[in-house]
Amino acid sequence: MNRQLIAYLAAIVLLAALPALGGYPIFIMKVMCYALFACAFNLLLGYTGLLSFGHAAFLGLAAYACGQSLTVWGWPTLGGLLFGTAAAGVLGLVFGLLSIRRSGIYFAMITLALAQMQFFYFLQAPFTGGEDGLQGIPRGSILGLDLSQDIHLYYVVLAIFVLGYALIWRTVHSPFGQVLKAIRENEPRMISLGYDVDRFKLLAFVLSALLAGLAGATKSLVFVSATLSDATWQMSGMVILMTLIGGMGTLTGPVLGAIIVVALENKVGEFGRFLMHQTGIEWFRVLGESVTIVIGLIFIVCVMAFRRGIVGEWLAWRNKAG
Amino acid sequence: MIREIFPARFRRNPMTELFGVPIQALLGQLLLGLVNGSFYAVLSLGLAVIFGLLNIINFAHGALYMLGAFIAWMGLQYLGLNYWVMLILAPIVVGLFGILLERLLLRRLYKLDPLYGLLLTFGLTLLIEGLFRSVYGVSGQPYSTPALLTGGVNLGFMFMPIYRAWVVVASLIACLLTWFVIEKTRLGALLRAGTENPKLVEAFGVNVPLMISLTFGFGVGLAGFAGVLAAPILQVSPLMGSNLIIVVFAVVVIGGMGSILGSIVTGLGLGVIEGFTKVFWPEASSTVVFIIMVIVLLTRPAGLFGKKS
Repeated sequence: MNRQLIAYLAAIVLLAALPALGGYPIFIMKVMCYALFACAFNLLLGYTGLLSFGHAAFLGLAAYACGQSLTVWGWPTLGGLLFGTAAAGVLGLVFGLLSIRRSGIYFAMITLALAQMQFFYFLQAPFTGGEDGLQGIPRGSILGLDLSQDIHLYYVVLAIFVLGYALIWRTVHSPFGQVLKAIRENEPRMISLGYDVDRFKLLAFVLSALLAGLAGATKSLVFVSATLSDATWQMSGMVILMTLIGGMGTLTGPVLGAIIVVALENKVGEFGRFLMHQTGIEWFRVLGESVTIVIGLIFIVCVMAFRRGIVGEWLAWRNKAG
Repeated sequence: MIREIFPARFRRNPMTELFGVPIQALLGQLLLGLVNGSFYAVLSLGLAVIFGLLNIINFAHGALYMLGAFIAWMGLQYLGLNYWVMLILAPIVVGLFGILLERLLLRRLYKLDPLYGLLLTFGLTLLIEGLFRSVYGVSGQPYSTPALLTGGVNLGFMFMPIYRAWVVVASLIACLLTWFVIEKTRLGALLRAGTENPKLVEAFGVNVPLMISLTFGFGVGLAGFAGVLAAPILQVSPLMGSNLIIVVFAVVVIGGMGSILGSIVTGLGLGVIEGFTKVFWPEASSTVVFIIMVIVLLTRPAGLFGKKS
């Protein structure tokens, strides 16, 4: 057994034991959902070199689709999860077909605009519940396991996260993944070598959308609700930040990024008040009230000085040392 | 049904209805559409000018438009400076702020993938909006229309608010002046040359870094100008820019960033189409620009006025 596999197994054992060690299940499940979302996004940005500015569309649609099928149509939980994921995949196919017609900065603008179009549709469509969102989604059960208890759901979410992550690991290390990386490095050369670059890009886009959808559907089970905030451009920006801060093009980076950003969102208020009491500077209270300012600052620092992200910097440091 | 009724109505009341919609409502929406289209035109023009020389898409364009509106509001609120003073002053302040951003931050990213420029300006957007939101909250601040431009004119067939007409005229003047400077003056010739080949222009002794700074300052100054124009119509609020900028991105994709006149025509045209959609199919009015973007992508991926890449 190699060291990587041992490290992954240890991480899974640790995650499985966390609730028993006093970890708050809902919080860890939230982190796992966002981590899967960020890993799915990273498959596109980090491994294919495509910056999608509209990934929240897949997260949001899957959450609504899963919620709708469980709440209104009374589907079993597994069916709802699959339906949400599939819906995001179909949307990914549509967005992908449209957006890969342009590259680079236009690709980013097109995905952003398409996601915004969907957001406006969600705002008006009757099934989303408008500003209130879809509330009281029944969690149901999977294989006889009653999911209304947080701890039961925790292990299902853990299994989904591990499966999703394993799929991404497998994709990145497959010949297909190698082609994606080659497209990222030198697209004209891949075209001249006879690769149908657009088809590879589209496949990567759909795969990324499917996994983002899986994250969204799972998230709707965790919070028993689907809301508009999942589909906003701010959410699309958030997943970019998670990937950037952890390290794009690394497998573990987006997971670390998701932990940091979710923790930051939850704790920044306390931190601001702490700083205010310590330093006596009233302004730090403002910092606590507005997460956006902190997120924006981190964005700027990451882009200016820290483009490889935490894991990327660590890998570079290790390569230099070793 | 409509065919049966229409001729009779038409005979009885010429020029009051069109396709079953009162002409006055139609013209009202046309004017509103032109106003929105003016903002699209000025903002997408600024984006195109910046993109031409810096090769980045400025996500913060919407935030700087908001900044322009807020500076106008603050000028009146804290310093007692009226609309006309701020119409000149606010774009200059926004432009100087832009030059500062370009010198301190953006300049360091030119050698990298242009996506980093987009990400940096996205971060700046969050920061600027977050700061204004923490001070002024999300609700809008009212800004009254300058006395000279209040009221309206009865044109016989419709009532036209003077301020809205002024917004359209002022935006058009700003756009045409920009077009004139870039296409017809020596400065503009240097700018166009810099867009094609910055290294060669530098070899001729032109201070290209300075030109880039000034271009960025001018582009965001245009956004600030649009913000001041918008202040009396819309509420001055921290979020007024970010929702607008995404529509402007769609406008830029539709028009392509190849030509200046193209940006102006596309911006105004889409504003008018949006206005008419409000009359005939209100539910689609917020998405119609995006739908047109999809159609353009399917038929002319490079945009209506874009060069094939």
